[in-house]
Amino acid sequence: MNVISGISGFDLVQRARKVAAVAGKFADDVDRHGRFPAEAVAAMKAEGLLGIQVPVELGGIGASIAEVAETCSLISQECASSSMILAMHHIKLSSLIAHGRGDAWHEGFMRRVADEQLLLASATTEAGIGGNLRNSICSIEVDGDTCRLTKEASVISYGAHADAILITSRANKDAAPSDQVMTVFLNGQYTLEKTHDWDTLGMRGTCSEGFLFKGEAPSRQIIPQPFAEIAAESMLAVCHLLWSGVWYGIAVNAVSRAQAFVRGAARANPGSVPPGALRVAEVAAKLHLVKASITASIQDYERVKADPAHAISIAFLVDMNSLKVTSSEMVIEIVDQAMIVCGIAGYKNGTPFSLGRHLRDAHSSRVMISNDRILANSANMLLVHKLDTSLLG
Amino acid sequence: MKQDIREILAKLGGLPVSVDTISDSADLYTAGLSSFASVQLMLGLEDKFDIEIPDHLLNRRSFASIDAIAETVSAVRAGQEAA
Ligand SMILES: Cc1cc2nc3c(=O)[nH]c(=O)nc-3n(C[C@H](O)[C@H](O)[C@H](O)COP(=O)(O)OP(=O)(O)OC[C@H]3O[C@@H](n4cnc5c(N)ncnc54)[C@H](O)[C@@H]3O)c2cc1C
Repeated sequence: MNVISGISGFDLVQRARKVAAVAGKFADDVDRHGRFPAEAVAAMKAEGLLGIQVPVELGGIGASIAEVAETCSLISQECASSSMILAMHHIKLSSLIAHGRGDAWHEGFMRRVADEQLLLASATTEAGIGGNLRNSICSIEVDGDTCRLTKEASVISYGAHADAILITSRANKDAAPSDQVMTVFLNGQYTLEKTHDWDTLGMRGTCSEGFLFKGEAPSRQIIPQPFAEIAAESMLAVCHLLWSGVWYGIAVNAVSRAQAFVRGAARANPGSVPPGALRVAEVAAKLHLVKASITASIQDYERVKADPAHAISIAFLVDMNSLKVTSSEMVIEIVDQAMIVCGIAGYKNGTPFSLGRHLRDAHSSRVMISNDRILANSANMLLVHKLDTSLLG
Repeated sequence: MKQDIREILAKLGGLPVSVDTISDSADLYTAGLSSFASVQLMLGLEDKFDIEIPDHLLNRRSFASIDAIAETVSAVRAGQEAA
């Protein structure tokens, strides 16, 4: 756990564990009723987890993406929906930190996120566009000091519970679909008219309902950099890293349950190796692959970020896409195999070995920006990018 | 060279406006160059100028304007001649 020990006076792991305990207590209820995990989010706010990434000068503790990913993974082991909410909040925050520095309004807003533990939501998905977040139909209207936006946002996780929504649109009414900006709208500056329910297989607690968004705010709340840069330089990578952290948490908890099941069987029958043990070994190897792939990608990200002269290359984007596709495919496979180990005890709800929620939550990973869409994007980039053939890079 | 770049851009850039209306220094992403089209543009440039763009130049900045593309192509050519 040495990645996290660097933050003095703020025991992130201990705080994350406290939040995880609360999240775990309500996880089944949140899942059953498809409700917002209010208790877990209140605990996150109480422990200050919504502001950890904010730079120290602006009132946070300047936590790295590695530290945020570890926090997400710890909470995900108890409740993946709660963890995904924290991850999505920090993805939005990372864009602000990477692109809002030096801008008075956005710096003030980051300070408020840390001080008041504001929860940020994201509205990139648009009716008629789906997961192609680098295109918008709607456009923002800038009228002097005021901007106005109407968007058919078909998925906004915890939209009804957020303190602010970061929303993409075309930069003006004449802009090309890919010429986009992202704007911060504070709760009170927008109305949400619900258009789609969120009654899903898994990740039921993210409450990712669809809304007709209508907002009006001071135009200085538009992030100055084009969204194309935000997406390429920080958001895509951070998305794939933090999502993978959440999915890893689901997988590692499933493997722990399978292991506990087999250990119980071994103890009940000393002198023999239970049949499930081999499968646990097999699934542990897959888990190791996911972990290695996430930690290597985090290191890559930190390296690229530490060198401001280094422009984000196609090689980096292909690697981050590969991480998303691999970890999402693998988490489903891992939970599925863990369920075979636990047998009926895994299939049933309400046992210490239940894996139904894990499996359903894991299945969100491939559709959360469709893997086919991501592969198509990599396929295009691989037409020009030559793979690095060295082992150590 | 810029004329050649303009021709490739017109063919592969998928821009919603005519390339003639875009100045050499204008931001192509603002003009509507998508990430998909930017890769197609890179392929077109490699073919036209018989170059292989090395990985460290395969980034958004290298293709952000007609000027930037010209610089990128020149840098690659200079590198290939030196090699
Ligand atoms: C748990 C969860 C939380 C979410 N939270 C948010 C949120 O807070 N804010 C937000 O904005 N969005 C959110 N989303 C939505 C997400 O970002 C994607 O937009 C959404 O999952 C894509 O939906 P889609 O499958 O309808 O669309 P599409 O991406 O259009 O995919 C539909 C189908 O078409 C195929 N397809 C389409 N285009 C291509 C292509 N070019 N290449 C290959 N295949 C293609 C896909 O394979 C897929 O089968 C969330 C999603 C989930 C699962």
